[in-house]
Amino acid sequence: MMPALFQVLPLVVIWLALGAVGIVIQAYVRNTKLVFGYYLGTLALTAILAVVTAGAKGTMFSGMITTGGYANFFDVLFCSAGILSMIAARPYLQRLDGELDEFYTLLVSAVTGMMLMAHSNHMLVTFIGVELMSISFYVMSGFLRSDIRSVEAALKYFLLGAFASGFLVYGMALIYGATGSLEFGAIGSAVVSDALRFPVLFAIGATLLVIGFCFKIAAFPFHQWAPDVYEGAPTAVTAFMSTGGKAAAFSALIPIASVVMAGDSVVTGQMQLMVAIVSAVTMLVGNISAIAQSNVKRMLAYSSIAHAGYMLMGIVNGTTSGSEAIVFYATAYTFMQIGAFVIVGILEREEGGHLQLDDYAGLGKRQPVLAALMSIFLFSLAGIPPLGGFFGKYLLFVSAIDAGFTWLTIVAVASSVISVWFYLGLVVKMYFTEPSGDTSESPSGIAAITLAVSTVAVIALGIVPGWITSVIRSWPPMLTP
Amino acid sequence: MTTPVLLFSLFAIGAIASAVLTITRRNPVAAAMSLVGHFFMLTGLYLTLNAQFVAAVQVLVYAGAIMVLVVFVIMLLNVGNEQHLSEKPGMRKTVGTLLAVLFAAQIIGVTTARPTGMTALPDSSVAIGTTEAIGQSLFTTYLFPFEAVSILLLAALIGSVILAKRQLS
Amino acid sequence: MDWIDFAIIVAKGGILVNAMLIAAAYMVLAERKIAAWIQNRIGPNRVGPWGLFQSFADVFKLYLKEDVVPAAADYRFHALAPVISIAVAITVYAVIPWSDAVEIGGRMISLTMAPDMNVALLVILAMTSVGVYGVALAGWSSNNKYSLMGGLRSSAQMISYELSMGLSIIGVVMIAGSLNLVDIIRGQSAGAWNVFYQPIAFIIFLVTALAETNRAPFDLPEAEPELVGGYHTEYSGMKFGLLYLAEYANMLASSAIMATLFLGGWDIIPFLDDATILGLEPGSLPLVLLQHGAFVGKSLLLVFVFIWIRWSLPRFRYDQLMNLGWKILLPLSLANIAVTGTVMLLLNR
Repeated sequence: MMPALFQVLPLVVIWLALGAVGIVIQAYVRNTKLVFGYYLGTLALTAILAVVTAGAKGTMFSGMITTGGYANFFDVLFCSAGILSMIAARPYLQRLDGELDEFYTLLVSAVTGMMLMAHSNHMLVTFIGVELMSISFYVMSGFLRSDIRSVEAALKYFLLGAFASGFLVYGMALIYGATGSLEFGAIGSAVVSDALRFPVLFAIGATLLVIGFCFKIAAFPFHQWAPDVYEGAPTAVTAFMSTGGKAAAFSALIPIASVVMAGDSVVTGQMQLMVAIVSAVTMLVGNISAIAQSNVKRMLAYSSIAHAGYMLMGIVNGTTSGSEAIVFYATAYTFMQIGAFVIVGILEREEGGHLQLDDYAGLGKRQPVLAALMSIFLFSLAGIPPLGGFFGKYLLFVSAIDAGFTWLTIVAVASSVISVWFYLGLVVKMYFTEPSGDTSESPSGIAAITLAVSTVAVIALGIVPGWITSVIRSWPPMLTP
Repeated sequence: MTTPVLLFSLFAIGAIASAVLTITRRNPVAAAMSLVGHFFMLTGLYLTLNAQFVAAVQVLVYAGAIMVLVVFVIMLLNVGNEQHLSEKPGMRKTVGTLLAVLFAAQIIGVTTARPTGMTALPDSSVAIGTTEAIGQSLFTTYLFPFEAVSILLLAALIGSVILAKRQLS
Repeated sequence: MDWIDFAIIVAKGGILVNAMLIAAAYMVLAERKIAAWIQNRIGPNRVGPWGLFQSFADVFKLYLKEDVVPAAADYRFHALAPVISIAVAITVYAVIPWSDAVEIGGRMISLTMAPDMNVALLVILAMTSVGVYGVALAGWSSNNKYSLMGGLRSSAQMISYELSMGLSIIGVVMIAGSLNLVDIIRGQSAGAWNVFYQPIAFIIFLVTALAETNRAPFDLPEAEPELVGGYHTEYSGMKFGLLYLAEYANMLASSAIMATLFLGGWDIIPFLDDATILGLEPGSLPLVLLQHGAFVGKSLLLVFVFIWIRWSLPRFRYDQLMNLGWKILLPLSLANIAVTGTVMLLLNR
């Protein structure tokens, strides 16, 4: 009994800390500082436990979840993203007068949902995880209740997200009809042994599933919600949901894709081509649209769409080298994107002020540190060596070539070049133009911790990528069916 | 025609009719009440399929809880009758009509296909519908998702209070 | 199923509906008589000896009265609401185990319409929750602000108290291991009645039953000083009669369910086996009739408690009502489940 529970310790701890202890504390203690510290500690403890239990690989609860390895790597990633966003969110929300204890509760429940997605070995658990994460995000994006753009973002996200969830469930139902199971292993063996009772049903189900996930990772043609939601939501929330949310969706998609595309059936080839096309169009649309933006948050939102396109290249590959590339890229992307958004949040004023590209003019003189850090994050996003983003892109491009999709790699390189245009554009704006208008920035407060950690991580991932890739490599995502 | 088939047909026709009423009524309360009727017809369908627990829960949850809230909201807001929209035959209508024709052809194809003969429900499927069987699998095989849903509901509850409460301290 | 079975079912239905109508009529009279007794008055004494035919006179009057529908009312829902109320009340009567089965001519016959229903308890809960529609629609369709307020208050109250009611039953279900009401009664007749195991659940159920039937002290939906007559302000004639009837029918149904769940159902003597004490054959007609009498007796006793409470306690304020429901009864019923589960686990039941 004990060793079995030991395997799921990270999940159990965050679960109890949120659902049993946290709620009771919040019912009797109205002290935001304490609640903030409590949930920060919860996430830290969960991350530590995830590291400790990483070796205990296996399935639990009659094959509902996997433990150890791959899932625990993502646990640590989600908890780190949660901690970084939480630290940055506190000064941001205090400044905009929108801080409530429940923000931290929802942030931790979103992390719980992400962890469920990463641990999932059964479509049911995947769906519950997706919903838990999404519902927390819907509310968090509407957290500035007096700001009409925040409310709009929440409503849009909710309506479209609920619609996408419908696709997910419908896809899962059809896959269940075709294979007779919702467990990944059983689906995989049904696909491999060609024992599909209804291949057409399975293909439709898999397509619907991919559509649902495309929405969650904001890939073309289901990306339209992302700029509006990322722009309207509080910047601290955008930082978290554009990184953690995307990484979580990929953590669930990798095992699912590997079973759906297992074997060499007709379905596999079609799915591969479909995902490749989605990936190519997504990065082109994301990067080209980003050029036209004058709002920094919108620009970063479109760039995050493009990054989802890059990561889909690993899915096209379909083998472990593809998933390793995704995991590495998701890690690097999490730190660089959080860093960029946190700086945007520090510079932001009330009512969405100070978000235009022109407002960043002369930042290099006024705030040399912030400007330098922002440049590092932007260079990493653009994929310029020797930063984390570069190495991630390299792994993804190689995996696409390995899979025989050279044209996809060419598209990816071309769109990367396009993206340099607007990333460097912002850097040029910061350093080579004169400031205009009101130029008083507020102090960054404890958000500086987030920035420091993110910077170190982005640089370290670029200079010594070998360490993290060896960790990722030793933890393959799936038990081979 | 045996009694179960007769009952099934009656409930099926009732379900379709009430569903059609739900989307055609312009009075919101009438539409909501038609939906309640639809849920009752579904309950009948479940009963003919030996799913007693699901049938009871269908009434308890959908008709008794969810729709009560819907009716409640309609009454509180005092929603007026739906306005007629003037529609021109556009892209959407054309595609919609085509899809409808396709769908109708599909239904005709399915209904006129030669039946492969009816098989009685196996005994195991009768046992699946009982409360005991559902409870058993909820607390053994599906224990983890069952518990996970509680966290999901908690998050939804907190979220709705945060977004809807008029004054937060 | 041959025609005899069919005839038996029709006959049982006829008996039940008529018995319910007569019982409801006499409960109205009983309410007035008991109220008079509590307030040191005489009560109705003109129609028949001791006023025994008063209820029939009342119903006759309602039949002859003009049926007034307000001009602004939605006449379809205005007519539908009383029908829903009474239909829901009658449906519950179909699953209440009025008597044990007795063998007559090779057939097991009991007075219950659906004697061995697997999910009888859930059906009762489901019907209780559907009963909200009658009241809510009555209030809304009248197009009168007092009616609407009454209907909304009633819906909110019924939704809030339904939860505690459902949760309070779970303890009983855990002990019996079944949702079948006959099984629950058999479990009690073998040992002690559930009220001894589940006293807190019994009290919670009693309180929530008062609220679900909109009886005092929870009769806010028809609070006369504030809302005239609440949701049935705009009703007259037999439509009003049906709403009124449904209220009393629900009261009797709640009492019968409480007798079934907590007071041993048709078991006559607690802790001991009826058949051996009375020296009668188990399942024989005299014993079953005696037990049926015991069941009806228990139900009527609980009806008396309902009436007694109404004429003794003042009405709650709305916020007090909601606080009681959500902050006291709901946690209490959850705690009751936890304690019951722990004790059963420790006793290895």
